[in-house]
Amino acid sequence: MAPETKHLEVILDTHVESVNLAEEMCLRVAEAAGFAEDECYRIGMSVREGVINAFHYGNQERPDKKIHLAIELTGEKMVIHVMDEGKGFRLKDVPDPLAEENLLSTSGRGIFLMRAFMDEFDVVPGQTGGAEIIMSKKLPLSGSASSNGNHKPSNSDATPHQEA
Amino acid sequence: MPALYATTREVGVITLIDLSGRISLGEGSALLRKTIRELLESGHNKILLNLGDVNYIDSSGIGELVSGFTAVRSRGGELKLLHLTKKVHDLLQITKLFTVFDVYTDESTAVGSFQ
Repeated sequence: MAPETKHLEVILDTHVESVNLAEEMCLRVAEAAGFAEDECYRIGMSVREGVINAFHYGNQERPDKKIHLAIELTGEKMVIHVMDEGKGFRLKDVPDPLAEENLLSTSGRGIFLMRAFMDEFDVVPGQTGGAEIIMSKKLPLSGSASSNGNHKPSNSDATPHQEA
Repeated sequence: MPALYATTREVGVITLIDLSGRISLGEGSALLRKTIRELLESGHNKILLNLGDVNYIDSSGIGELVSGFTAVRSRGGELKLLHLTKKVHDLLQITKLFTVFDVYTDESTAVGSFQ
């Protein structure tokens, strides 16, 4: 019988504190799921960047808009959804922060970091009309969730591909 | 508890900022910005950031480091980094900022590198 999928969903205010709250919530779920310390860091950072993206770019820091955060634990992976109430965006329109002309930009690295740190990453139109970030990390193999991070290597050590 | 602590000390003509905590969206990034801007306003443009006790930086913090770097440079000064933790080192490496900043592992070498 397939393991039951666990689902957690919260609606956050468009506020700086929501970034910390979302990170802490996801970190607790990741720790409980058995992820090693390094992977928890990468998951926490990715959630943080997803919610910063929703807070700043999606909802334009408007307090009347909400940030929708959902976490799913399937038998295979931890899936995180971050949805804003903005106008949405296309990944191909996001500038490459590694391009020479963007290296000294003071913003625009959040998407890059999420792609670098998670196994799967995508942005789709959300039900609210805004953007929905969907990212996932494969669960550690049973019995290998030690703190040395010595389980299946993820793509997080590699330089991620950035679409033009 | 504040996200970030910053204390400054003078080493010759260099201002060394010892940072401790998280440089992230909110007060951490804001404190770094304020500290660098105040130094520039008071005529200090040779700045060394000691990140030895900074265990976390997010994209906002990275942006603030870059902003500080360009602000100091536009005033004819230099901003350099000292004592990166592994996480911060790795972040600067994957974002290619390791090639932008002058990074040192020894304080006296870092101080001596300023012109």
